[in-house]
Amino acid sequence: MLSDSLLKKFDQLIARYPLKRSAMVPLLLYAQDEVGHVSEEVIAEVARRVEVRPIEVVEVIGYYSMLHRHPVGKYNVQVCTNISCMLRGADEVFEHCCKKLGIKNKQTTPDGLFSLEEVECLGACCGAPAMQINYDFYENLTPEKFDALIEELKKKEPRSKM
Amino acid sequence: MKEQTHKSPFVILDMPPKQENLHVPGPYTRSPSLSPRANPAAEPVTLTINGKEVKVPPGTLVIEAAKQAGIEIPSYCYYPGLTLQGACRMCLVAIEKMPKLQTACTTVVASGMVVHTETEEVKNARKAMLEFLLTNHPLDCPVCDKGGECELQDAVFRYGAAETRFMESKLHHEEKQFSNLVYYDWPRCILCYRCVRVCDEGLDVNAYGIGFRGAHSEIIPNQGEKLECEECGMCIDICPVGALTSGTYRYKTRPWELTYTGTICNHCGDGCKTTLAIRNNVIIRANNRDHSGSNGEFLCVKGRFGWDFVNHDQRLTAPLIRKNGRQETSTWEEALPMVVERLTAVIKEHGPSSVAVIGSNRTTNEENYLLGRFARTVLGTNNLDHHRTADFSSLVGALTAADADGRYATIEDIAVASSILVVGNDPTHQHPFIAYQIRQAVRSHDAHLYLLNSQEIKLQRQAKQVVTVAAGGEAESIRALAGKSSTVSDDLGTLQENLRKESGTIIIFGDEIRGSDVTTLVQWGLTLPGQTRFVALGDYANSRGAADMGLLPDVLPGYGSLADSTACAQIESAWGAKIPAVSGRNIRSILQGVESGEIKALLVFGSNPVKTFSLPKEHLGKLAFLMVAELFPTETSEAADVVLPATSFAEKSGTVTNTCGQVQVLKKTMRKAGTRSDLEILLALARLMGHPWSYRTADDVLREIIAHVPGYAIALPNLLVGRAVQTQPAGTPPALASTDLVFSSKDSLFTSGTVSRYSWALNSVDEAKKPHGHIF
Repeated sequence: MLSDSLLKKFDQLIARYPLKRSAMVPLLLYAQDEVGHVSEEVIAEVARRVEVRPIEVVEVIGYYSMLHRHPVGKYNVQVCTNISCMLRGADEVFEHCCKKLGIKNKQTTPDGLFSLEEVECLGACCGAPAMQINYDFYENLTPEKFDALIEELKKKEPRSKM
Repeated sequence: MKEQTHKSPFVILDMPPKQENLHVPGPYTRSPSLSPRANPAAEPVTLTINGKEVKVPPGTLVIEAAKQAGIEIPSYCYYPGLTLQGACRMCLVAIEKMPKLQTACTTVVASGMVVHTETEEVKNARKAMLEFLLTNHPLDCPVCDKGGECELQDAVFRYGAAETRFMESKLHHEEKQFSNLVYYDWPRCILCYRCVRVCDEGLDVNAYGIGFRGAHSEIIPNQGEKLECEECGMCIDICPVGALTSGTYRYKTRPWELTYTGTICNHCGDGCKTTLAIRNNVIIRANNRDHSGSNGEFLCVKGRFGWDFVNHDQRLTAPLIRKNGRQETSTWEEALPMVVERLTAVIKEHGPSSVAVIGSNRTTNEENYLLGRFARTVLGTNNLDHHRTADFSSLVGALTAADADGRYATIEDIAVASSILVVGNDPTHQHPFIAYQIRQAVRSHDAHLYLLNSQEIKLQRQAKQVVTVAAGGEAESIRALAGKSSTVSDDLGTLQENLRKESGTIIIFGDEIRGSDVTTLVQWGLTLPGQTRFVALGDYANSRGAADMGLLPDVLPGYGSLADSTACAQIESAWGAKIPAVSGRNIRSILQGVESGEIKALLVFGSNPVKTFSLPKEHLGKLAFLMVAELFPTETSEAADVVLPATSFAEKSGTVTNTCGQVQVLKKTMRKAGTRSDLEILLALARLMGHPWSYRTADDVLREIIAHVPGYAIALPNLLVGRAVQTQPAGTPPALASTDLVFSSKDSLFTSGTVSRYSWALNSVDEAKKPHGHIF
């Protein structure tokens, strides 16, 4: 079940738009923050509240790489491989990420700590190649920089199995 | 390193709440209709296309104006009747004084506009668009199900984009099965959104969406990997490429190997035109290939997939004769004389009043007409009836009595009506095409839809006002509206008020309104402003025709009363024989007669009274003789002394009349060895009983119907070119003897009496197992 505070936030958000469906994306983001991913329950609830059919919510989720229909790792690593990043070596960085984490695109490490995803433009071309971990940006990436970052994140985990 | 955040950085700003008076689209659709509408009443606009001057109404799209001038502009996402998409960019044209190429499918004509559709620039743009469309599209045309009738293939052939500049390998996804009837092949999809829109706007099911983005976009069904919908297959039909394919047709044949015959669907009473595609005497596919008829490309699941019963291996293909208590396979040469012999014996011993005839809701007008003639003049009895699914007779009687002309609405009228009242029935299930027409009226013509019903039905989504009444309360509400009852609820009062503001309402009613209530409805309806028109909803392909042709004990072909000597004389002169004066039994009375033993011989043509009327089967054992003409073994035929294998709609010619009273031609598309049409059976029986009628074909009978049946004086050429020609019945039939004579079978989208039991397609989809009246 979704929390009362979230449902209250839903009401507030929906009230802000002339058309209810305009509130769909923020609703999904807040729900994802609470649940961890956009579950079937969230889809049904959001569809009901913004008065669209569930399939239209599914369409929106599919379009945005920030929305996930299935649980992802604690740290969701999204590497941009669009044009600016690609020209600055994003493909090599992404390949390295796969090797370092031992997973492929759209997979999660067995300990549930990291997920990896190749995404379209993050809007960070000025710092290409760029990536996003959860809601934070990391720019001018190199394989070395990535390794250091991952090690630091792992250290912060009390009972890391890696 | 800074702290990782797991919460969205977005904050709710303190913004004023939304204003209540902002425009919110009315009846729900994914894309509120923003499509411009041509206004034929306004002064036409003149524009030039490829040097040709074209005059069109304002609001017309350039692509439609070009079509009028005989100039074809290729397009994928544009589809007449659906909202505009502007997605495929195939229809780019050069318009003078506009800086870039414009999409002809979204640009509205303007006075003095100069359009060029075949310049080098335009051709190059189209070629480039095709190159993009072919980026991931496999060039598997030789093995593609759509090969030969693919719009993409045709365009590439015309503009020649056979070469590609992409070096990367093509993306590929495996094919998916959305349901037993719908398959989706991602690489072939060009994302024109036609399926998404037709499902939303046309069918109001909204089962499709577009998932993901960019090169990975794909069509997604509503239940994860599966579809849950009405399974109408419109998406397959409308798909310009081979992305959506039909579970019953795919990879069976090539489209040019088929023989196509346009005929009329045999399921509900809407009379949709359908093209049966035949190979080696087997139906392979049905779709309305040339979009002719009132239904255009529309067909429901029954029309598109429900024809497979014709090929079912349990079809009766030889007469059965009961010998030593068992039905044994026999021959026509043995069966027909036996029927005659047994009938003659019963008539000789017990008189013609001991014989009764039950007709069908699906046989042709010609067969029904002859069946009436056979019963009344050859057998000499008026014990003749059929399962009445709507009270057409009372409607004709009421309108004739009110001296009201032009009050029968056609099925085309419904789509352009300004106001529609539906009383009872669930058109989405029982009359899918009428439901489609109603939705079109609301979506494209801002029609006001009013519902008066005791159950929740899907059309409520389009309705301006819904009046929900207690079960069986529809008739009472009509009496209340007409001022014949003192209890008028607030809802009914509002309905009355609303309808009095309309400028012409089409009133559509189901079996809930029958007998004197029909008269009440008609009298009240005629007091509404404007031209009120009426439609009675009968269940099956020729329910209307059965009533029109007088398959009723007390009503002659054309709704003359048997008690009316002038009407009798007119039919008698055509038949050259006397109609017996003894009044006949209606179907309930016939079945009681069977139970009491007063009816000794019963002839049943294409009907299953054991099931329809819950007749205990042992009652049939009391008959001295029972003959059944049927396609399949039924509960009734199992008790028969003789079972004659009849032909299905695909195997005979004739005409059928839809529930709005529009006559259409049924064309013979194939043969089924061993079967005979009811017409052939009746001609043979009459001849053997000493009445050598001169008819040779169904056409001969039709000519007689046109000449002698009141209301059926239709123009034969109109009929023969494939139009739906409306009849204008007028007559003074006797009042309905008892309301329990009229009742609907309440078929769902997936059932259609006996024949649907033998349809693999209709039974194979999961949706068919949903509770009755389920809303998708």
